[in-house]
Amino acid sequence: MKKYVRGLAIVGAVTLAVAACGSKPAEDTAGGGDANKDFKACMVSDSGGFDDKSFNQTSYAGLQSAVKEKGLTEVKAESKSDNDYPTNMTAMVQAKCNVIVAVGFKLEDATDKAAQANPNIKFAIVDSAPAKPIANLKPLAFNTAQSSFQAGYLAAAMSKTGKVGTYGGIKIPTVTIFMDGFAEGVRYYNKQKSKNVQVLGWDDAKQAGLFTGDFEDKAKGQNTAQNLITQGADVIFPVAGPSGLGGLQAAKASNGKVNAIWVDTDGCVSAAEYCSVLISSVEKGMDVAVHDAVVSVVDNKFDNSQFIGTMQNGGTGLAPFHEFDSKVPADVKSELEQIKADIISGKITIESKVQPKAS
Amino acid sequence: MSNDTATEPEQTPVPAGPAKESGSGLPNWAVQGLVSLSAIVLALVVGAILIIIGDDDVTAAAGYFGAAPMDTISAALTAVGEAYKALFLGAVGGVDQIAESLTQATPLICGGLAVSLAFRAGLFNIGAQGQLIIGAIFASYVGFTWDLPPGLHLLVAVIAGLIGGALWGGVVGVLKARTGAHEVIVTIMLNYVAIYLLVWLLTTTTFKRPGRDDPISPIVKPNAQFPQFGDTRLHAGFLLALLAAVFVWWLLNRSTVGFELRAVGANADASRTAGMSVGRAYVIAMVIAGALAGLAGSQQVLGTDLPLTDGVAATIGFDAITVALLGRGTPLGTVLAGLLFGALNAGGLQMQLQTQTPLTLTTVLQAVIVLFVAAPALVRSIFPFLPKERGAGAVLAKGWNG
Repeated sequence: MKKYVRGLAIVGAVTLAVAACGSKPAEDTAGGGDANKDFKACMVSDSGGFDDKSFNQTSYAGLQSAVKEKGLTEVKAESKSDNDYPTNMTAMVQAKCNVIVAVGFKLEDATDKAAQANPNIKFAIVDSAPAKPIANLKPLAFNTAQSSFQAGYLAAAMSKTGKVGTYGGIKIPTVTIFMDGFAEGVRYYNKQKSKNVQVLGWDDAKQAGLFTGDFEDKAKGQNTAQNLITQGADVIFPVAGPSGLGGLQAAKASNGKVNAIWVDTDGCVSAAEYCSVLISSVEKGMDVAVHDAVVSVVDNKFDNSQFIGTMQNGGTGLAPFHEFDSKVPADVKSELEQIKADIISGKITIESKVQPKAS
Repeated sequence: MSNDTATEPEQTPVPAGPAKESGSGLPNWAVQGLVSLSAIVLALVVGAILIIIGDDDVTAAAGYFGAAPMDTISAALTAVGEAYKALFLGAVGGVDQIAESLTQATPLICGGLAVSLAFRAGLFNIGAQGQLIIGAIFASYVGFTWDLPPGLHLLVAVIAGLIGGALWGGVVGVLKARTGAHEVIVTIMLNYVAIYLLVWLLTTTTFKRPGRDDPISPIVKPNAQFPQFGDTRLHAGFLLALLAAVFVWWLLNRSTVGFELRAVGANADASRTAGMSVGRAYVIAMVIAGALAGLAGSQQVLGTDLPLTDGVAATIGFDAITVALLGRGTPLGTVLAGLLFGALNAGGLQMQLQTQTPLTLTTVLQAVIVLFVAAPALVRSIFPFLPKERGAGAVLAKGWNG
């Protein structure tokens, strides 16, 4: 009996303590933007899922910011396999979404079909474009070759060994466009400075190079990067999503000998633990593009013309140098600015064949 | 090595003689059914805990648990109730939902049969994924490059898929029979070969869709597609999956070849002594298993308007292993397990839409169900009233070293 009393006493004391710690919040209805609660902004991920630290996640961030800004209702559907796309797309149509954003080229078929069947709903698709324009479908593409060109130039300028390396996840155009731009940027540096910095891991003329085979396996990414480092590369440019994080791990393990340039988002924000080895990042503004597309539908300004993120419209660009701000020489910085201006003005033309073409 | 519990526990439609009764008086299949059901209940409990932990409303209410404890409890109950209601209705809540569940179940049944059949011959077929991919490659190639009249085109494409899978499985059988190479190792390695072969093929002009740089193939021509039921995604491939299950049952329980397969699976040494060719049994088992997995692959590309992509197989080949485990290596059990997993997949999509519960919850449910099924003693310690099962886990324990 005594035991129970003691137990009760403890429970009682704990309850009191917990009770003291919190009080029930008053019903909160003062949330700023409920202005468009009936407007449903929807998104379907590809099989990578919304937590891929890469393009699904970045696109979703764009949706979230639009939802917050305009006070919309958000609906999202994650796809576990390629088999889920038609189902999820149909479900979104049935959920009476006002705008549906599809993430990735694999959703093209399902999106085209849904867009044609539902002319009243607006659609947008990231990293893809229908063969023939559809009146209510806006393709969102990104010319990341431009900012990767800068990244290549920067890498070549920062390399002490005269070798820089890159590797991809899977050989698809949205990956090789980065590697193309990077290789061209290095070549441009060699031409300007009469140097001979080599690119390991990608031959843009042959379109052949080093790939981990997926976007998930961090260990494989680390091995691949280590391979490049062993061959002498001291700047690594991994274009492989989470698998690329392994490359950053390899760079970090080199104790300052090897550095890296990240892709898609500012690595110092999305993978802050590796900021000390990141010279910069090639940003792909999917968040901005998705945000703008959704907002344009809310504001009744939707059009189906293809959005191409360029350096000119801020859809792609080089992220800040963060910890490398003091290490990147001032003349390199001004040369990068000059390259940006030259790409925008057309003085420098990028040859990569996978660049999105204006339709 | 040898397994003395091979009591042939489940010859499904054979009249249950007294020899098949376990201690409790229930036939063995009923006991196994009970254990499976208990495992499902336990998995739902585990899932409920995860839903509660992950739910924002519950977390918010738990912040002031002391002030209003009922809030936390009611928030938890609402979260679980709504999620499971959405899961249930999303799986069987209407004609469309049922059709979707059956669509999702179709490749799982065929893939599951591929694993089950190999199990019965004492082989652990981890390679359904690779066999499925090769089957899908063959079927889609015939589907979008050839031009044949309606009906015939579909037939040829399906046969191509069967051949593709059978080749990939047959390699394993021959290697095992001739060289003793362990099928687990070989199938795992061949999975890699298959996926990278697919990734490479998708970069070639033969497979790439005209006008696209992306690794995506054209959709197969209408003549080569399975007829669909109404407006749903359900297609005739489902009937084919059921036919395949009947075939596997007939093969295992009514044919001489099947008897040999089961005998080899039960005790390879004894079978050899009895004059059976163990190697031949291995090759036959793997060829048929591969063909079944290839059929699952054809259903993916010929059934639901899907082009060939690097994700065409998703995780079906691996889910098939869990389906076969849950189905206890029997054709009927595999069909039921496939239907359950298909329903969970379809319901999971609806659940995430309605309650924003992450899709991965269904993966957890599937995994936990199989975990409990594979550990009947654990289930029995939680539900002590369950009768004892004879020969439990005979199928599950075999394979790795059998």
